Amino acid sequence: MEKPARKRPFRPVYLLLLLPFVAALWVPFYNRTQPEIAGIPFFYWYQLLWIVLGAAILIPIYFWETRGSDRG
Amino acid sequence: MTMDPVAIAVFLTLFVFVTLLGFGAARWRRGDLNQLHEWGLGGRRFGTVVTWFLLGGDLYTAYTFVAVPALMFGAGAMGFFAVPYTILVYPIMFMVFPRLWSVAHAKGYVTAADFVRGRFGSHTLALAVAVTGIVATMPYIALQLVGMEVVIAALGIPMNIAIPGLGHIPDAPLLVAFVVLAAYTYSSGLRAPAMIAVVKDGLLYITVLAAVIVIPAELGGYAKIFASIDPKALLLPPAQPGNLGPQSAYATLGLGSALALLLYPHSVTGLLSSSSRRAIKRNAVILPAYSFALGLIALLGFMAVAAGVKTLPQFASGFAAFGNNFAVPALFLKMFPAWFVGVAFAAIAIGALVPAAIMSIACANLFTRNIYKEYISPNASLERECQVAKIVSLVVKLGALFFIIELPTQYAIQLQLLGGIWIIQTLPSVILGLYTRKLHPTALLIGWASGIGAGTWMAAQSSFKTSTYVLHIFGTAVPCYAALSSLLLNIAIAAVLSVIFRAVTWVPLADATRQEDYI
Repeated sequence: MEKPARKRPFRPVYLLLLLPFVAALWVPFYNRTQPEIAGIPFFYWYQLLWIVLGAAILIPIYFWETRGSDRG
Repeated sequence: MTMDPVAIAVFLTLFVFVTLLGFGAARWRRGDLNQLHEWGLGGRRFGTVVTWFLLGGDLYTAYTFVAVPALMFGAGAMGFFAVPYTILVYPIMFMVFPRLWSVAHAKGYVTAADFVRGRFGSHTLALAVAVTGIVATMPYIALQLVGMEVVIAALGIPMNIAIPGLGHIPDAPLLVAFVVLAAYTYSSGLRAPAMIAVVKDGLLYITVLAAVIVIPAELGGYAKIFASIDPKALLLPPAQPGNLGPQSAYATLGLGSALALLLYPHSVTGLLSSSSRRAIKRNAVILPAYSFALGLIALLGFMAVAAGVKTLPQFASGFAAFGNNFAVPALFLKMFPAWFVGVAFAAIAIGALVPAAIMSIACANLFTRNIYKEYISPNASLERECQVAKIVSLVVKLGALFFIIELPTQYAIQLQLLGGIWIIQTLPSVILGLYTRKLHPTALLIGWASGIGAGTWMAAQSSFKTSTYVLHIFGTAVPCYAALSSLLLNIAIAAVLSVIFRAVTWVPLADATRQEDYI
């Protein structure tokens, strides 16, 4: 039988993980050409930017999880 | 197409170099290559950096780098769905897959099906997961050959080579490349693609960097490139009353593909070969560098439009043979000096070898652990197990080669499209299974079968031309990636039947894993 789970309390920091989903899946928001950057329409640079932001969001979570311990 | 001796010389030199590297890899971080976890998982010893190269070379395949810009070239904005797709992969990798690594490490699991076997105590469910993985991966390996075929043809190397005494050998360059690949995969296991990936990714980043700087400069800047695109193709068509249109296809393709990617056996093999769960978390942060490269490569499709490669007479035969997949090779031939064409094409061709090697190893692991050892020879020794895996990796590659040489490329593309729909059906057993075992294995099996049936049916409605199927929800037409809608059906059935089965018969199910194995 399953042992009583060691329930870890929910940490708000994990809500950050939802941001890339909202940003990438809400297509009508970014399906436009303006504003452009260096001739690149919004549709394209916005999504390229979110690749970087999506990775950046994981960094605080990583450090929060690994603080003061050797476990990842 | 004309042969350029400089481009071919550079290309062949790099190819020979990685071949030597592949054989030499057997001695790297030396382990007993007669053990499956050494041959098939590199001894689980790859740290953050090697895992980065390995997974980067594994997930971002040569075919991706040819097909994504080809889609942009042909269809415009829709082809950019690869970007939201790769944005969403990494939060999932970060949260979910360290759990799989931990339990696999604690229990010595080599495949996702091993985990399902242990977690749910059902060898039938594990078999379903293993067979789905193998079947979904085979056409994927075949497609890697397409990427390679395109650049070999673009270099002007003839595909039919006459050998005295044997007559014409069709697809001879592909045969040579694959024999070489098969040989070093056999002898070095996962260490070979891991080492080659370092070279391949180096070449890839150089190529991308050069392409996004040199080509726009020659074409007159990004504004000019985007101005040359048909305004209708530059964005997705907006939603109409009663029909969400391509925007919903775009979002569901991104989400569904992201959920499916890490379930593929070659992803699991790459993830499990890392040395710690921390290495996986770090990789979720640094792997998006490849996504960024992919996003830029996607834009090469637009650069090819702006450069007008489609109408140039010297590329007519290439487009006739490979369709839009020829767009990027044509762009490189037009814009780059010959020696750099050799570098860029080597990046693509070697980029086909790395995932093909890992995919065949992953299929071999699945067959050996979850079919051979489970059903054919339960008492096989560890050495025997590894021997079987090595032979299966050869058989899998031969199958892929046969596929590409004997059957129309279209079949491989359609099967790969179906592969995504099939592999996602293992999500409830593998990913939900990491968090809960409240789901009943029989319910999971029925959900899996329903998902595969429904997803295949939806794709069949378009004669396998597209993987989106229009759902009608409260009178609104919602085009949706068939993998995603069929997955929802799968989960719903698995959940409802689990409740029923548990209510009818409460038999405690065996679970070989413990709570603390996951953290």
